[in-house]
Amino acid sequence: MSHHTVSVELENKPGALVRISQLFARRGYNIQSLAVGPTERPGISRLTLRVDCSEHTIEQIEKQMHKLVNVLRVVELLPDESVERELALITVGAPPDRRAELIALGDVFGARVADIGREALTFEIVGRPEELDAFEELVRPHGVRELARTGRIGLRRPGPRQSRAQAALT
Amino acid sequence: MTRMLGSDAILRSLEAEGVEVMFGIPGGAILPTYDAIARGTTVRHVLARHEQGAGHMAQGYARASGRVGVAIATSGPGATNLVTPIADAWMDSTPLVCITGQVYSRLIGTDAFQEIDITGITLPCVKHSWLVQDVREIPAVMKAAFHVARSGRPGPVLVDIAKDAQEAELDFNYPDEVDLPGWKPPTKVHERQVREAARAIAEARQPIVYAGGGVLNGDACVELLELIESANLPSVVTLMGKSAIPDSHPLNCGMPGMHGSKFANFALNKSDLIIAVGSRFDDRVTGKVSAFAPGAKVIHFDIDAAEVGKIRSADIPVVGPLKLALRQLTNELKTMLADKPMQTAAWHAQLEEWRGQYPYKYRKGAPGSLIKPQLVMETLRDITAGRNDVIWTTGVGQHQMWAMQYLQCDEPRSFITSGGLGTMGFGVPAAVGAKAARPDATVICVDGDGCFQMTCQELATAALERLPIVVVIVNNGWLGMVRQWQDLFYSERFAETHLTKQVPDYAQLAEALGAAGFTVDHEDDLESTLRAALEAGRTAVVDVRTDPEENCYPMIPAGAAAVDIIEMPDEEEVPS
Repeated sequence: MSHHTVSVELENKPGALVRISQLFARRGYNIQSLAVGPTERPGISRLTLRVDCSEHTIEQIEKQMHKLVNVLRVVELLPDESVERELALITVGAPPDRRAELIALGDVFGARVADIGREALTFEIVGRPEELDAFEELVRPHGVRELARTGRIGLRRPGPRQSRAQAALT
Repeated sequence: MTRMLGSDAILRSLEAEGVEVMFGIPGGAILPTYDAIARGTTVRHVLARHEQGAGHMAQGYARASGRVGVAIATSGPGATNLVTPIADAWMDSTPLVCITGQVYSRLIGTDAFQEIDITGITLPCVKHSWLVQDVREIPAVMKAAFHVARSGRPGPVLVDIAKDAQEAELDFNYPDEVDLPGWKPPTKVHERQVREAARAIAEARQPIVYAGGGVLNGDACVELLELIESANLPSVVTLMGKSAIPDSHPLNCGMPGMHGSKFANFALNKSDLIIAVGSRFDDRVTGKVSAFAPGAKVIHFDIDAAEVGKIRSADIPVVGPLKLALRQLTNELKTMLADKPMQTAAWHAQLEEWRGQYPYKYRKGAPGSLIKPQLVMETLRDITAGRNDVIWTTGVGQHQMWAMQYLQCDEPRSFITSGGLGTMGFGVPAAVGAKAARPDATVICVDGDGCFQMTCQELATAALERLPIVVVIVNNGWLGMVRQWQDLFYSERFAETHLTKQVPDYAQLAEALGAAGFTVDHEDDLESTLRAALEAGRTAVVDVRTDPEENCYPMIPAGAAAVDIIEMPDEEEVPS
């Protein structure tokens, strides 16, 4: 078993998304996260799926998805050859005397304060999903009241291979 | 461009697709389209007695003709009754366009009378489906539906059309092209892969072709025959592939799998190269996958890339249309073999030894004893020998396996059965559909008594639509295959499998439904009665009462390896 991120371009037609989720349910594939939204082309959506499965299964998933009439393209996003990001909103318990400490912690991760209340504040953080995991871990002792993540989205890097400069950028 | 109603547009679309016959039942939400039928169409409508029957008829039509089958039904229960045929067509890759009426658009989502989300229900078993709420979409959707159903790996599609879309007007123009940017079934074959396949075959010492239903679906029977004859390649043929190459052909080694012959199973399992052609390593063929053909390399030809490597990894995958792929393969192979002939003499000798050693066999009954079901098959085979106009359909169970073992099918598309889904009740309606496709053919449904009772109402359709078929019921009074499993694996606890041979009285039931009814109790009357039914000139049912204790052998238990095949018990082990 290993992690795989799959990027799917699909026609924005009624039922297109349900056909994909149904395929996963029916064939017993487990979706870890799923994010869908518009692309640069009108009428075309991009779906980014994260699945935990074997190499054999990911090959099957790609082939089965290719057969769906509304699916235009399926590619696996390999870690070295793609950019992946995710957004999280995290509401953390923050009495007035702890606020400064938390905000400083957020600064290190580039997390913005999206809202602030008397006893809590909401961070907004964008980054690689692993960074989000790390941030979540750090604020957990302060008491995470609510958390929402978008699920990762990804694109293939424009260049054919990852350069050293790109590696530094991620 | 002509101004017309949506309902008329549906029929004009069917006509533009060259549809000759559709099978269906009217009802509320599809009434506007039936009104259009009343206004006139060149498409013949066959009125079924149950939508499941209509669906299986469309399947029988498709399987006998190679064309797309069309079934039509109303919303709600009409649509849900089509689900079994749709699922069956999905499993067996049968091209089907199912048209269902849907409630008015404004009522969708309100749990209106006879409203059901049929596109939702059928999602896992269609190639694609459409819910049409805008009348202007009808021509393009119909065009796309037929295209998707027949292209690539064939299969069922569903077009659900709201009643208001049928009642509204549009400017009708049937498109020449489909607009489906995401639908790109392969049309070509990788030449390098084909060459590699040819090389592997040329070098193999113990090659075996493993041909499946894809050969029939891909219209590649001639090409497959050319391949096996030009390279002298032995072949096993699956249940779904039966009739793709003649059963009488000396290179045909018969059917492998759960109830296949020991010969065919040995041929497949002890080969050093499996050339899979339109077959999918179904569990009924492989048994325990890890023990299946352990010494064999695999070449896998299929139109569906997702089948290649799904169960058994392919050493040489070749994705594309079989007709094209096999033609290229034969050419490549001929060139290679001209320099260096194949070294397969020892393999052929071994195969012939097994062929002689392991025929299908059964113990003949003593004079006056109950009729053996295998004898029914042998008699049917013998009285139709030499005829090329016979199409067989079957239900699912013991009778199906005996039909597969004993009937001789030499013409493509002459054996129509439910393989993947294993749908009891498939046989009678499929026979009606096959008769509609091939009015010149003699269509014989070999059925079980359990199966027959599931769809026998369609005898009325056969009788009244003048689509005469002959149904031969192997009546052992039991759900025979289930009984066999209870006998072998559940310590003879025969829970709820006894139906009785007497109720219903099948001959009387046949007469009540407008068909001729015959009953056979004794071996002496078997042949004459079957001949009489075949010569009746109308729909006929022959109730053949058989030995209920006869099990179907050989048998590889589910999940076991081919080496664990159970043969017919020896004489002395059989209680007298």
